[in-house]
Amino acid sequence: MFEAETPIYLQLAAQISEGILRGDYPEGTAVPSTNELASFYRINPATAGKAVNALVDDGLLRKVRGLGMYVTEGAQVSLKSKRKKEFIDKFVNPLLEEANRLGITESEIYEHIKKEGKK
Amino acid sequence: MNAPEIVVQGLSRHYGNVVALDDVSFTVPAGSIVGLLGRNGAGKTTLMGHITGQIRTTKGKVTVGGKTPFENSEVQESLVFIRDNQRYPDDYKLKHALRAAKAFHPEWDDALAEELVDVFRLPRKKPVVKKFSRGQLSALGIVIGLASKAPLSIFDEPYLGLDATARQKFYDVLIREFHKTERTVFLSTHLIDEMAPLLEHVIVLEKGKKIFDGSAENAGNLAYAAAGMSPAVEKFAVGKTALTKHQIGSLASFTFAGAITDEIRAEAKAAGVEVSAATLQQAVSALGADDSDDFEETPYRKGGKR
Repeated sequence: MFEAETPIYLQLAAQISEGILRGDYPEGTAVPSTNELASFYRINPATAGKAVNALVDDGLLRKVRGLGMYVTEGAQVSLKSKRKKEFIDKFVNPLLEEANRLGITESEIYEHIKKEGKK
Repeated sequence: MNAPEIVVQGLSRHYGNVVALDDVSFTVPAGSIVGLLGRNGAGKTTLMGHITGQIRTTKGKVTVGGKTPFENSEVQESLVFIRDNQRYPDDYKLKHALRAAKAFHPEWDDALAEELVDVFRLPRKKPVVKKFSRGQLSALGIVIGLASKAPLSIFDEPYLGLDATARQKFYDVLIREFHKTERTVFLSTHLIDEMAPLLEHVIVLEKGKKIFDGSAENAGNLAYAAAGMSPAVEKFAVGKTALTKHQIGSLASFTFAGAITDEIRAEAKAAGVEVSAATLQQAVSALGADDSDDFEETPYRKGGKR
């Protein structure tokens, strides 16, 4: 479920963020508790807590005393705008680099995008 | 007693000329799961013997919840020590072993013990415990360790002989019980990559010395590997001290201590070698390696012609 190079808490935080983005955890609802996360992923409870706290620091989760961690209002929107900013770096630039290595021209790339986009 | 903190300060132990522990200091925070790693003979069991009060401390200091464990009944009642070579009387069946354990642990949980006996499919009637397989003995240790609900639970390689399914069950129950009852768990393991996610913190011993003490997540900074064609790796290694060298034919992979810095990355790129951070297991293995462990060979070729 986790790979070795990135700290587990960052990977877990990324997985919860993904769930918020997809709408698995709608705004205003609770995410699984630290205990549930630790038990499910078989990780140290402190690591699960660290992941949740990182998301609290990012403003995506808030602690509701006695009830647990809730997805904040606007969490999905803020994640989307962050991911849009990363889109060029994460997807477009690597695509152009690889295309360059393989000698695929820009117009060929456009053709592919057009074709795949219609599916 | 609440989950105690373990404090080890300047602990040394010599057996004749053999240094079992050399000025070891660390703290296991109350209510945490901490792993003790290192090669066989690194001093892990001796260290656990001191913490559990089975060995009298002669140099340095060990405290459990602020108290010296040796000949201290309060500390003894608060801890359970599961070791791989636990012996049982010849005629003991499962129920006798559990009854004996119950007598030593005031917080003993009968229902949990029964549940775990089923989870690990331990034979209740036959055979006697003495005739249990290695895996069954380990499972019995785990049952006793968890059902004791001891505020300090110490496991010395608790998984020997357990199959993958049983080990997963152990991890599941360990996390579940850790949530239910506050306890400090200190365990030694060689299954580092498998168990690292469970550990909040790891301590690595090598030849009696503590060589790492920190979050398992930071272990990526401990060591890295450089792999590629032998001449390129050899060139990259100039001016560095390799922990291990693994060479077969024209391929080479060397490990080095430390984290991958931007300089190292640039150097590796220039030399044409791939660098990658070591996993905790690779790092512990590399840091515990001697030159004599280096493995070099020329590949076997059919027909013997080159």
